[in-house]
Amino acid sequence: MNLATLIFAVMFIVALGASLAMLFSPNAVHVALFLVVAQVALALAFLLQGAYFVAAMQIIVYAGAIMVLFLFVIMLLGVDKREALIEPLRGQRQVAIGLGLLLAAEISYTVLRGIHLAGFGSGGSARLNAINQNPGNVLAIARLLFSRYLLPFEATSLLLVVAIVGVMMLARRIDTAASIFEPIGAPTGAPLEQEREAV
Amino acid sequence: MTSVAPGYYLVLAGLMFTIGVVGVLVRRNAIVIFMFVELMLNAVNLIFVTFARMHGNVDGQILVFFVLVVAAAEVTVGLAIILMIARRRNSADVDGVHLLKW
Repeated sequence: MNLATLIFAVMFIVALGASLAMLFSPNAVHVALFLVVAQVALALAFLLQGAYFVAAMQIIVYAGAIMVLFLFVIMLLGVDKREALIEPLRGQRQVAIGLGLLLAAEISYTVLRGIHLAGFGSGGSARLNAINQNPGNVLAIARLLFSRYLLPFEATSLLLVVAIVGVMMLARRIDTAASIFEPIGAPTGAPLEQEREAV
Repeated sequence: MTSVAPGYYLVLAGLMFTIGVVGVLVRRNAIVIFMFVELMLNAVNLIFVTFARMHGNVDGQILVFFVLVVAAAEVTVGLAIILMIARRRNSADVDGVHLLKW
């Protein structure tokens, strides 16, 4: 067993174990932390396959920014609420687990049988290594992103602007809506002034 | 350094995707369901990277980049919607949202 196989085995166990732990942990914060573990393990999988830029983005954007957003909303809504144990649909869990096992078996069978039919050959890994050596991974991605994929790239910038404006419209405070905060006004302003004077 | 065959990566991605599907079906908290959707997106990212290695180019890695951007937009909008529902109903339980149920 060489080093790459050993790292892959550790990554496999950590990623799968963290995903299963997400399924069985009742607390939402624990689910978020196990998701971070799974995402870091997946970043290791990206590194093993020569996707260096994507691995860095995985850790910075996913495990960093997006998960912080999740934890922020969990803390905002309250962490101590337990999930309801009553089932409106009788036997939903059992059926879901059975169908999930069926889906796992189906995907594994398709992958293990179909991977030989795909006919990619085994030269892909060497070609990717050559790309990573000569122009470099980041430079190769940048050249392709700003030439062939320029239109989708611009579309994603539009998407982000639309998302920002939509969230601002959704999350703005309507006075009649039930709020989890005190209304912004004089009572909150007074202690701030006192603190500022004390400092 | 010889690397592991791509089939094992695809099997791992399939298993993680399945766990995500089961999580969406089983859990009740809207935020937790959303995190399982993220797990499914991550599994698909692993498939893209694996196919990029099998083809020997970086097109698959660029698709991962786009998935990342769309996931970020989706998370912001989805969490804002969950926050609005939770403000009105004082819980993030998906079973309580049944106004459109027949």
